[in-house]
Amino acid sequence: MTTAYATSTTWIDACASSRLHTDDGIAVLLPGGRQAALFRTRDGHLYALDNIDPYTGAAVLARGIVGDRAGTPTITSPLLKHTFDLRTGHSLDSPHVRLTTWPVRDTGTTVQIRTPLAAP
Amino acid sequence: MKELVVIGNGMVGHRFVEALLDRDRAGHWNITVIGEEPRTAYDRVALSSYFDGATAHDLSLGDLTGPRVTVHTGERATAIDRAARTVTTSTGRTLTYDRLVLATGSTPFVPPVPGHDLPGCHVYRTLDDLDAITDRARGARTGTVIGGGLLGLEAANALRLLGLRTHVVELAPHLMPAQIDQGAAALLEHLVTGLGVHVHTGTSSTAVRPGPTGHAAHLDLDNGTRLDTDLVVFSVGIRPRDELARACGLATGERGGITIDDTCTTSDASILAIGEAAHHRGTVYGLIAPGNAMAEVAADRLTGGTATFTGADTSTKLKLLGVDVASFGDAHGRTPRSLDVVVNDAAHHRYAKLVLSDDATTLLGGILVGDAGAYATLRPMVGSPLPGDPLALITPHGAPPPGAHTLPETAQVCSCNAVTKGDLLSAIAHGAHDVPALKACTKAGTSCGSCTPALAQILTQAGITQTKALCEHFPHSRTELLEIVRATGTRTFSALIASHGTGNGCDICKPAVASILASLGNGHILDGEQASLQDTNDRHLANMQRNGTYSVVPRIPGGEITPAKLITIGEIARDFDLYTKITGGQRIDLLGARLEQLPAIWARLVQAGFESGHAYGKSLRTVKSCVGTTWCRYGVQDSTALAIRLEERYRGLRAPHKLKAAVSGCARECAEARSKDFGVIATDKGWNLYVGGNGGFTPRHADLLATDLEESDLIRHIDRFLMFYIRTADRLQRTSAWIEAMDGGLDHLRDVVVHDGLGIAAELEAAMERHTATYTDEWADVLADPDKLARFTTFANAPTTPDPTITFTTTRDQPVPTTPVHLAMPTTRP
Ligand SMILES: Cc1cc2nc3c(=O)[nH]c(=O)nc-3n(C[C@H](O)[C@H](O)[C@H](O)COP(=O)(O)OP(=O)(O)OC[C@H]3O[C@@H](n4cnc5c(N)ncnc54)[C@H](O)[C@@H]3O)c2cc1C
Repeated sequence: MTTAYATSTTWIDACASSRLHTDDGIAVLLPGGRQAALFRTRDGHLYALDNIDPYTGAAVLARGIVGDRAGTPTITSPLLKHTFDLRTGHSLDSPHVRLTTWPVRDTGTTVQIRTPLAAP
Repeated sequence: MKELVVIGNGMVGHRFVEALLDRDRAGHWNITVIGEEPRTAYDRVALSSYFDGATAHDLSLGDLTGPRVTVHTGERATAIDRAARTVTTSTGRTLTYDRLVLATGSTPFVPPVPGHDLPGCHVYRTLDDLDAITDRARGARTGTVIGGGLLGLEAANALRLLGLRTHVVELAPHLMPAQIDQGAAALLEHLVTGLGVHVHTGTSSTAVRPGPTGHAAHLDLDNGTRLDTDLVVFSVGIRPRDELARACGLATGERGGITIDDTCTTSDASILAIGEAAHHRGTVYGLIAPGNAMAEVAADRLTGGTATFTGADTSTKLKLLGVDVASFGDAHGRTPRSLDVVVNDAAHHRYAKLVLSDDATTLLGGILVGDAGAYATLRPMVGSPLPGDPLALITPHGAPPPGAHTLPETAQVCSCNAVTKGDLLSAIAHGAHDVPALKACTKAGTSCGSCTPALAQILTQAGITQTKALCEHFPHSRTELLEIVRATGTRTFSALIASHGTGNGCDICKPAVASILASLGNGHILDGEQASLQDTNDRHLANMQRNGTYSVVPRIPGGEITPAKLITIGEIARDFDLYTKITGGQRIDLLGARLEQLPAIWARLVQAGFESGHAYGKSLRTVKSCVGTTWCRYGVQDSTALAIRLEERYRGLRAPHKLKAAVSGCARECAEARSKDFGVIATDKGWNLYVGGNGGFTPRHADLLATDLEESDLIRHIDRFLMFYIRTADRLQRTSAWIEAMDGGLDHLRDVVVHDGLGIAAELEAAMERHTATYTDEWADVLADPDKLARFTTFANAPTTPDPTITFTTTRDQPVPTTPVHLAMPTTRP
């Protein structure tokens, strides 16, 4: 598993650490054309999930409102207000809908997302 | 999966777990229940039926089953460690929790009279208590219940059924003092005595004396009486079981009970309390219905819901010793100047009292003894106008009042518009789930407004929770939050949620608080943290369209625009390839702008002298106008000039919802002012002001608030009206719904706005002055601030790359979004 990761994924620079404000998402273009919505929550956690709202097809999740539902960190789409679990990408409205998530880290100067080298 | 521990497997704890299992379909919670009693939950309300032949099995509420539930019976929780989030039990088990629910119920209070702990002294709470009483009753001849309340009389009946000669001792001057009055109690005592129960009122027990065997044998009363008794049952009240909560430092009520807020959360955000153990807004409820309501709220909260518990009805109807007793509403007539209507028919064993408002039109409460058949009819009428002569309602042989037999369905709730309770219930069944919706579809409460409170009650009775909580993060209504922000000078959402809320907020409370902060004047809406609170459109000062592009609407005050400016708009639309359309508010909508194009578009608009039109904000949109006296041969005033002045005065004003306005230059009303939140119509003497109009989903014509005003008076009235709306409306409540829901309706509004009935007019006007003095164009501000401009990039790591998912086709010579591919799963919700 570890080896597989090491050979097929890479950390890409998403933005400067200072650019990602608390609860205020940004969109990142991934190699291969996918888009990630990147968030930093109040408790300092970083999350990256698919920027495309699966209910509307629009690439807008980064522009949604970050919050929580009974302690679950969430992002609510700005279009029709569907809400997703930031950690797992699961839709809270229909459990079978799930967004892709990617690992994120903050190097101290740069926020990075780990993605497959090529588009899936 | 998270760990949920429930202490107490009584009625409410059981109901809670059932409700949670029902809601937690996704399986977030792993539930462990600790119950002290040797059996799983049973129907305590029906406890006395144990003496009527019911078995423990009959009373059982059933097993809580499921892969994620474990119930430990016969085990007591002995300590809570809040820091470690653990619960220790009598078997030495330690359970870790993410959330803890205390449903420990209550325990009968045993007064510390000498001898209270002798063998033969009992309480009446659990099946084990009843088994003990049954054992003791074998071979006994006499039993005494100390306490003549509801439970005491139930216990007395039990002793009677066990074949004992039974006494009841009550300290108050009469039986059931909490529920009924002297007159009702006199009848009750008469009936109870007739069943062979000896009632001693106005006296207390001073000691239980042992007999030769060391068992209880006598009871001494403070009136000098000594009763021979083999058995004593204490039933003088209950005490919430808050000992665990106290030991771990949770807040408790002065007279006991674990203090909870409307979300059933204790002073520790990880711990909830429900049922008889809980102390809510000064009350500990000793009834099952409020406990069940709390159980539902707690379950809802733990699964992401926003339900609230805001108190409960304590009306009771029971059959005590075969005697009907009911007590509801303000049974004791504690409302100032309330009037009583009493039928005390000792010959027919009937007592009935109705408590009415000081003008005898509204039922406030009542008491029925002997025959409580009218209870079902009367209780729902509490708070609403009586359908007829009150006496007729409680006189069995009197002429039946209109519809009284079939009440509540046919009871006329709104007499102005002849709306019955049945009409309201059917409207509720068809989805009218709040007062404004009920009013809109039935017209009830739209005239004199006096039945508005009754509508809320009927909604509650129909099971619709009228929650005022904004969401799971704030138990407050928008108005309450606004007052908190004003009073405390809080300037950030973070500070507000830390001091008055829980969690991190959501798409409901964040924009609501952002709007409150903006209404109270808190700088630019994209300053600092505020940017992250803004809803979809406010976040980028433009209206997001279905494909993630935006529309741009520059302000065109009063709809008046020079040809040069029109040309500028046309050129910008052409250069950025935008779709253009004339709006209903006399301005121009430019659609299809990408996020990163907005600053460039606005740079050109601002340069040409345009300002933000706030089409994206819950704020003033437009003041539409006709051409007025300047051109129109019918016009009587200069409507265009006034519209421009009003639009410039109120532009940028953030409100609970959008605000639309219009000015018409004569009674022909070409500007359609009566469909606006505020509309002005010229008269030959001045201006008439209309408020609360609405188009949209629920059209409503505006109401006339004041007539023939001079311009300065008109503006003062509008200032007050708008600020009063901003201060007191709910989140996303248009002025029309706000007025509909207002206690006293339009008359009250007029009193506040025109006659300054609340004495706040000067303050409202001052607030509006502050707004007008501090207004700046939001878009010009953004263009001048590199930090804010940085928000207008699509990709942080590729600022020059446009979003590849956005594509257009051409329809009728203009660009429109490519029809979206239909996705497999989408379901939209309102
Ligand atoms: C005789 C009788 C008649 C009643 N009639 C009516 C009526 O007509 N209408 C009405 O509305 N209400 C009635 N009630 C009141 C009603 O039964 C209560 O309101 C209801 O049972 C409250 O539920 P609860 O879960 O809060 O408390 P309970 O049902 O008392 O349950 C609490 C449980 O928690 C357990 N517990 C406490 N501490 C611990 C601990 N540390 N560890 C483990 N377990 C613990 C207790 O042993 C108990 O089993 C009646 C009550 C009685 C006794």
